[in-house]
Amino acid sequence: MKRRRQHGAVFWLFLAPVLLAFLLVIVVPFFLGAYYSFTNWSATARAGETLKLIGLANYARILKDPSFLYSFLITAIYTVLNMIAINVASFGLAMLVTRALKGRNVYRASFFVPNLIGGLILGYIWQFIFNNAIPSIGTALGIAAWANPANLLLAKSTTALLAMVIVGTWQYAGYIMVIYVAALETIPHELIEASFIDGVSAWRRLRAITIPLTRQAFTVTLFLTLVNSFKQFDVNVSLTAGGPSAIFAGRPLYGTELLAMNIYNQGLRSNDMAGGQARAVVFFVVLVIVSVIQVALNKRREVEL
Amino acid sequence: MKTRYFTRLLGPEALAVALFIVFLFPFFIVLINSGKTPFEITQSPLTFPSDWAKIPQNMALIWTSPNVQYSSSFLSSVIITVVSLVLLNVLSSQAAWVLVRTKTRLSSGIFLMFVAAMVVPFQIVMFPLLSWFRELTVLTGIRLLRTYTGLILAYIGFGMSQCIFLFHGFIKSIPLEIEEAATIDGCRPAQTFYQIVFPILRPIHATVVVLNGIWIWNDYLLPLLILGKGNRVMTIPLAVSNFAGAYVKQWDLILTAILMAMIPIVVLFLVAQRSIIRGMVAGSIK
Repeated sequence: MKRRRQHGAVFWLFLAPVLLAFLLVIVVPFFLGAYYSFTNWSATARAGETLKLIGLANYARILKDPSFLYSFLITAIYTVLNMIAINVASFGLAMLVTRALKGRNVYRASFFVPNLIGGLILGYIWQFIFNNAIPSIGTALGIAAWANPANLLLAKSTTALLAMVIVGTWQYAGYIMVIYVAALETIPHELIEASFIDGVSAWRRLRAITIPLTRQAFTVTLFLTLVNSFKQFDVNVSLTAGGPSAIFAGRPLYGTELLAMNIYNQGLRSNDMAGGQARAVVFFVVLVIVSVIQVALNKRREVEL
Repeated sequence: MKTRYFTRLLGPEALAVALFIVFLFPFFIVLINSGKTPFEITQSPLTFPSDWAKIPQNMALIWTSPNVQYSSSFLSSVIITVVSLVLLNVLSSQAAWVLVRTKTRLSSGIFLMFVAAMVVPFQIVMFPLLSWFRELTVLTGIRLLRTYTGLILAYIGFGMSQCIFLFHGFIKSIPLEIEEAATIDGCRPAQTFYQIVFPILRPIHATVVVLNGIWIWNDYLLPLLILGKGNRVMTIPLAVSNFAGAYVKQWDLILTAILMAMIPIVVLFLVAQRSIIRGMVAGSIK
């Protein structure tokens, strides 16, 4: 009796809305997208009318396109720098706020706040800080280099990328910190006390106890920072809008256009939907491969207590 | 004891205070410059405004200005966020419940499919989503592009996988006996879920609301694509970016608009700090 009713009316009734949404928003667009990337799709052509299969031509085209290769390169650089900066900063913050400080709850909350505000808005705030506040601080403190408009971080593509790392770290460090705090609080007190009794140096305690026992947290934090840095879009739009220009492979192009923005611009600004879609497919495949490798590598190094 | 604190923790405490100032400095800059004229801002972005009353004046200007459409965008953001959150909570919790309580291959297959979808980045579906929504409108007559309907549908589609995953994990830990007792007392399955199980899920509802509320409220790319530029319906991030793009260097008004966009979230955070931090972190660790 029970067996026959396992996929009864309630089962399908309760699942129907999410299955429908899933189908309409994820499944159909996902497969349509994979198909479109092999066609001459453009925004103006209606599907079915002029759509022609052109094989791998879109992929061959984008792999020769300097703007895509350049975006890939700077996204890789940005991701690595961002991962290092965020994790070093947040681990340090976590070590700090797990000590018996008087205002540690206030510190934790304030480090977390930037994460609550959207990347778009944060980017505008920092644009103002880099372009207006920093020169003004330079003038006030008599630091000529800061006050010089030629030295603005956002004025050159290389330093603008660095500016995005600064904003990314400020935005994300407090969030990752909370994960490290949770991990640090699971370390048995006796271990730390024993290391004090044995007269172990702080550096050695960090290397031999703290880091190995928080490896699980590292798997999570490295994954989160990897994926979020790789997909960065909002801060890119509002902080640099892709500029200033840079020269790559003998061609001038957007100097800080990360992949997500490159895909968006190719599809909707250049009206090359098929080219944008092929980029998105490459983006997706690379993201999956890199994150699987990262998680596998980290998992191997986790320590069971 | 007291001397131990001073020798061992004074340094870290001072460092933490310094970092506290560094982290909040950008917000401080926004606040003080929202109360200045454009000239004051370029001359001295670091000083306090000469007249604090300028902040509410600038805010009133932004709120009523037809160029920014701040009040209508605020309302749209509220509608989109609230409706999406209600639907996400109801629809994904009921789906997760039948998936947990039905132990078949099909059921676990559907669950796995949802989990797998969590790795799909938005970029790979965004272009086809636009043309597909256009096709759907032709087929059904329901307008999905440039409307609340389409945007909310998209938020359910992109948010549901993680919600179902969170609910699924929690429902597994609820003892079956509670539901069996309800069935014996004559509850029908739907009744059992809505009257018995749904209230037990409160902690996960809170997590889902925090996690998705912050995401939807701040999101820029999805509204940009679905609602488009120059639409009457805008969310706050869209309004701010439109305004900032159109009024380059009008920092007094841009920073005021930013200040107003941050106020609701900051107030909410001050009220429910603990559950927000817990919710946001719990959601992404699992």
